[in-house]
Amino acid sequence: MSKVLMKGNEAVAEAAIRAGCRLYFAYPITPQSELIEYMARMMPKVGGTFIQAESEVAAINMVYGASGAGKRVMTSSSSPGISLKMEGISYCAGAQLPAVIVNVQRGGPGLGDIQPAQGDYFQATKGGGHGDYRVIVLAPSTVQEFADMAADALDLADKYRNPVIILSDGMLGQMMEPVEFRPAKNDEELQELAKQHENWCICPNEDGANRHHHEINSLEIDPLILEKHVNNLFVKYAEIEKYEVRYEEYNISEENEIICVAFGTASRIVKSAVNDLKEEGKSVGMIRPITLWPYPYECIARALHKNVKQVYVFELNKGQMLDDVKIAVAGKCDVKFWGKVGGIVFSPEEIKEKLLECF
Amino acid sequence: MPRMTVDPNYCKGCGLCIVACPKKIIRFSDNINAKGYHYAECFDQDSCIACKMCYVTCPDVAITVEK
Amino acid sequence: MEIIASRPLSLTKAPFHYCPGCLHGVAHRLIAEAVDENELRNVMTGIAPVGCSVFAYKFFDFDMAEAAHGRAPAVATGIKRARPNMHVFTYQGDGDLAAIGTAEIIHAANRGEHISVFFVNNAIYGMTGGQMAPTTLPEMKTTTSPYGRKVNDIGHPIRMCELLATLLSPYYIERVSLLSPADIIKARKAVAKAIRYNKEERGFTFVELISTCPTNWGIDPIKARDWAKENMLPFFKTGCFRDRGEGVE
Repeated sequence: MSKVLMKGNEAVAEAAIRAGCRLYFAYPITPQSELIEYMARMMPKVGGTFIQAESEVAAINMVYGASGAGKRVMTSSSSPGISLKMEGISYCAGAQLPAVIVNVQRGGPGLGDIQPAQGDYFQATKGGGHGDYRVIVLAPSTVQEFADMAADALDLADKYRNPVIILSDGMLGQMMEPVEFRPAKNDEELQELAKQHENWCICPNEDGANRHHHEINSLEIDPLILEKHVNNLFVKYAEIEKYEVRYEEYNISEENEIICVAFGTASRIVKSAVNDLKEEGKSVGMIRPITLWPYPYECIARALHKNVKQVYVFELNKGQMLDDVKIAVAGKCDVKFWGKVGGIVFSPEEIKEKLLECF
Repeated sequence: MPRMTVDPNYCKGCGLCIVACPKKIIRFSDNINAKGYHYAECFDQDSCIACKMCYVTCPDVAITVEK
Repeated sequence: MEIIASRPLSLTKAPFHYCPGCLHGVAHRLIAEAVDENELRNVMTGIAPVGCSVFAYKFFDFDMAEAAHGRAPAVATGIKRARPNMHVFTYQGDGDLAAIGTAEIIHAANRGEHISVFFVNNAIYGMTGGQMAPTTLPEMKTTTSPYGRKVNDIGHPIRMCELLATLLSPYYIERVSLLSPADIIKARKAVAKAIRYNKEERGFTFVELISTCPTNWGIDPIKARDWAKENMLPFFKTGCFRDRGEGVE
């Protein structure tokens, strides 16, 4: 397969289509409007459905419906629009519906600005919507990863009957990098996908012994049954925590004196600083969580070798993943945080300066 | 012979069928069902003309009409 | 002896949980009869709202979805676009459709989605205990308009049929009432037409059904129908607002 130079927003859309997504509902919002525009052009070409919904609320409910009918479906938005989707995502989680939601984060809170940020970490990983549930959260750091995650997210969503959020940001959405796409699903694979959920989804029925009564629903008024249902969800989440943790260990070794933790765009900048410091003889390692839920707690704990004197968390927010790092470190080491907000991305020099202060 | 039958398990004693019946042959039973409602019953099946007005108005689909 | 009227196949055997004399059960039955008549039972699905009919998914004998409050037309859109060979209806009350769900109903209607929407209007919020609805009449007392709905403060009731009739896309819009057997027979025709048009993929169909809420209006089911006839019908006029199948614009 050849590489093409593509913008993040478009690459993820192209990858989703190749992975068999044939329904997409969304509302325009900067910095992800290229995604919806790409889908508007490409979905009809593969006989798929594209609707620009009247709001992000309507879009996530269209996702709920299409997913309830057993089909691969996606929506996307940016921070303020993702807030609007929180009700719908909670409903999807409660009804156990596969759904992929792409968040191309921008500065917040409120209307904020249109520059890249990572301020939606809490929203994505700590619920966001009401009730006890979890969504799988994937955090890309390159356009290639962003694209690959479209297919991974659709697969994970189907495998676990759960919403999956791809937590990207305005920089990854807008930048252009080389991407190599996985081959598109062939007709046979598409047909299999179309049928995979017919044991629970809304689908044609028949009379007689095989008649089914499928309900797409998150309401359970009997507290004992609701308790059982939520506990079942958590059995599922425990399985996801066991098998689906993903992370990258960068320059991790027993010589490390500092361990950095960063995700997404922030991690690229921290990597630059780590490389610089390596050349200067300073051993700094970095853990890059790729799944933000389930979170790679163990991986961080494992990296705390005897020479590590500082854990440093860098995010484009006021300290959200910081809490999870503190949980992972469990008091074994001091944890510092530095971040930028306002939709501003820090520079490798700024990171290097902060790290040098620790030596 | 036309007749209307009320399934006592569905009937909630709302009285709409009693009002709807043009022959005035439906009344509340003295008996109650498991939920405590005095369910409706036809007390003069011979006069039933199978007009179905009782069925049409019943909100609980408790009624069956035969002709 | 043959049975000429009995429980439609498209209803499950579950007893309705509605209050005695509540007309939701009639509306459910009319839809079930229409689905049976059109032989759609095995390709039909409906979406239950939030409101008294939140458990409607237990009462229809086909696959059903529960939607978040007001979102049923969007959920219906998702299902219909995902499975165009199936037929979809939503069933919504006055809060679900005319308050929180106004954006979703207007836009599903405006896109001309091939779905049927059944809007049960009883001018009050039943499930939550009798609060004011967008269709509550002027001066009508409810738990959140204890001094009566004051139109100079919060405006007049909303007439959804008229509002949707300003859109070019909907195919069939009719308001009916369930307030007497004769009215119910007329309502049945409208519901059956909506389902038939749905089967024939003609476009967006909408039937508003004027209904009662004896419990929260505080009067018995029979008086409730009389009250609705006197007070609701003059404002919410029954009639056909659009029927492209019969050339009515």
